[in-house]
Amino acid sequence: MPIEVLLVEDSPGDVRLTREAFAEVNSSIHLHVASDGLEAMAFLRREGVHARAPRPGIILLDLNLPKMDGREVLAHIKDDAGLKTIPIVILTTSNAETDIAKSYQLQANCYLSKPVQLDAFESLVKSINDFWLTKVKLPQQRQGT
Amino acid sequence: MEAIGRKGMPTEVLLVEDSPGDVRLTQEAFRDANNAIHLHLACDGVEAMAFLRHEGANANAPRPDIILLDLNLPKMDGREVLAHIKEDDNLKTIPIVILTTSDAEADIVKSYQLQANCYLSKPVQLDAFETLVKSINDFWLKEVKLPQQRQNG
Repeated sequence: MPIEVLLVEDSPGDVRLTREAFAEVNSSIHLHVASDGLEAMAFLRREGVHARAPRPGIILLDLNLPKMDGREVLAHIKDDAGLKTIPIVILTTSNAETDIAKSYQLQANCYLSKPVQLDAFESLVKSINDFWLTKVKLPQQRQGT
Repeated sequence: MEAIGRKGMPTEVLLVEDSPGDVRLTQEAFRDANNAIHLHLACDGVEAMAFLRHEGANANAPRPDIILLDLNLPKMDGREVLAHIKEDDNLKTIPIVILTTSDAEADIVKSYQLQANCYLSKPVQLDAFETLVKSINDFWLKEVKLPQQRQNG
């Protein structure tokens, strides 16, 4: 079974790095990309062009996004009984304590700070794969909406 | 590489587990991987809540940085512990890793509905169990940014 991963990320460079790092370690990932918060919500709610979007098994969410930022996306998802079971991994440049605390208050599943160095970034994406996509039991994709 | 908590403090881990064998395996696996952990034990759900609420003998208990929670526990089961913690504004930011023998879909879904941070099924084989505990250390105690302890409670 492929694993549907929604990456919410506005930096094309980071999207590319993430895609390549995942591809090296896991060929069962279908990586979907939303480049702002509105697009992320439309994807999750299957609106418009996203009418047939698959339900993600996990969401990687940047905090600093155009149109609707990641903090708001996180709050919306966790307020939605149909969506709140999808694990959300915050993957952002910020390592500010306020962002970390706020994300956990909003029930983000975990918070990761993006390293600046390419090697370290790649290694982090691979560790997300090792832990979340190999060891963790994710809720079944077929439930809910 | 040691994974000390932020600001040089050891990481406080609360393990809620009623099987002495699993407690021991977990202690040993963590010790091998990371000697900057303080591992605290609660062997049932009532004791876990008393630890978290600093009640009675637990008046000076540290606030855990992370909780490893078995689902099947005496007195108060892990599902109830999970629900209580996540309903408590003061406690709900502490990440909860479900670590249980059950791999039943109903338990997995229910745990995520209750906002468990992640769900892991305990392997039967010793080697695999040890590897899993080390991966919890490697991911949660080295990569993840955990919330700071010093907030209230």
